[in-house]
Amino acid sequence: MKGFEFFEPTTLAEASRLFAEEHAQLLAGGTDLVIGMKALAETPQSVISLQNIPGLAGITSDADNGISIGAMTKVREVELSVDIQQHHTALAEGASEIGSIQIRNLATIGGNIAHASPAADTVAGLLVADAQVDIASADGERTVSIDELFTGPGQTVLVPGEIITRFRLPNPASGSHYIKHKIREVMDLAFIGVAAAVNLDNATITDARIGLAAVAPTPIRATEAENLLKGNEPTAELLEQVGEAAAAASSPISDLRCSAEHRKEMVDVLTRRTVQQALGRASG
Amino acid sequence: MAKHPVTLTVNGDEHDLLIEPRKTLLAVLRDTIGLTGTKEGCSTGDCGACTVIVDGNAVTSCMVLGVTASGKEITTIEGLASDGELHPVQQAFINTGGYQCGFCTPGFIMASKALLDEDPNRSEEEFRHALGGNICRCTGYTKILEAILQAAAEIRETT
Repeated sequence: MKGFEFFEPTTLAEASRLFAEEHAQLLAGGTDLVIGMKALAETPQSVISLQNIPGLAGITSDADNGISIGAMTKVREVELSVDIQQHHTALAEGASEIGSIQIRNLATIGGNIAHASPAADTVAGLLVADAQVDIASADGERTVSIDELFTGPGQTVLVPGEIITRFRLPNPASGSHYIKHKIREVMDLAFIGVAAAVNLDNATITDARIGLAAVAPTPIRATEAENLLKGNEPTAELLEQVGEAAAAASSPISDLRCSAEHRKEMVDVLTRRTVQQALGRASG
Repeated sequence: MAKHPVTLTVNGDEHDLLIEPRKTLLAVLRDTIGLTGTKEGCSTGDCGACTVIVDGNAVTSCMVLGVTASGKEITTIEGLASDGELHPVQQAFINTGGYQCGFCTPGFIMASKALLDEDPNRSEEEFRHALGGNICRCTGYTKILEAILQAAAEIRETT
């Protein structure tokens, strides 16, 4: 690992100013950055730790605004939060899919998202929760919807000096689910990640959200598939159309781990399965 | 690059150190403090050999910068036994022969200790899943799992 200057600011404004400099990197949990620095894929001149800035970690919940997750909240805490398990099951399930317990005790949800891997395990759950991402810089604050955050693999709309501070989840689902297509039970990357969240009124689907990870340059919502569900009662035929629409929305690549054709086919299968699970939870 | 003053509490002992920011917690424990019980395996967080407990949570110390552990309570394999008495997990590893070459053992024991502190009532399947971040290169998993189940049973009986 190359040497670097290390900073531990205690305010967001100070962190933002340091981060706006050239060749600066933010350190959250370190599970991506430290490994990247060891491999010399990352050679920052300054590393800015966020852990001493008050208020960035923790999960809060209130009746008006729903659940809010600080960016420095450990992934393990997201996984074990009873509120998140209950109202945003897909997100808790996604968090539980990351690495090992040892890694989840270090990794933060903000880091998982800011790293902007299309295969991030918390991203599909945040997409179907309609997460609002609070961003701060020395110049002020702004909020971006999670589906507008990513611009490409490893790329986001964040400009130098901007720091993700919080994820707000205003819309709890009555049922949601996340499926990670993988080989190993743990410590694997997603070939495909699919999350679905639904709200039901008796048997009618009043709202539906589907999030896809690892099947496009950025994580995406399958909006056409969602629209097919809204206002309808679920049938086998409808679910087939939904699966096909989700597959059509994907644009996967072929890589070492599997082919684009396989990924596309599996988006269809897994979307049907995920929606069905979410529906089961919503009606159960 | 400037070195940073840090205070690490390791196995109850305070260490005031001046360390380079690029040193991982693993390197600080082994090379600076001289506690070589914690092992370096893959150095990418995949094998779990470097597992230590920081503020009650098991973490892979190869992914932690030592400077970020300042002020935290760290427990390594050297800190588990008290007054010559082994921790139940350590004793169970001996009873069952839960080690072969021994390289992964400190990591497995520290990961298991944290799991047992959290909840000794896990099923066999849950323990297997929860230990997925630890790899035994001798592939001696059967005895490792036996050791953890034995320690869990003992802890349940005595608490």
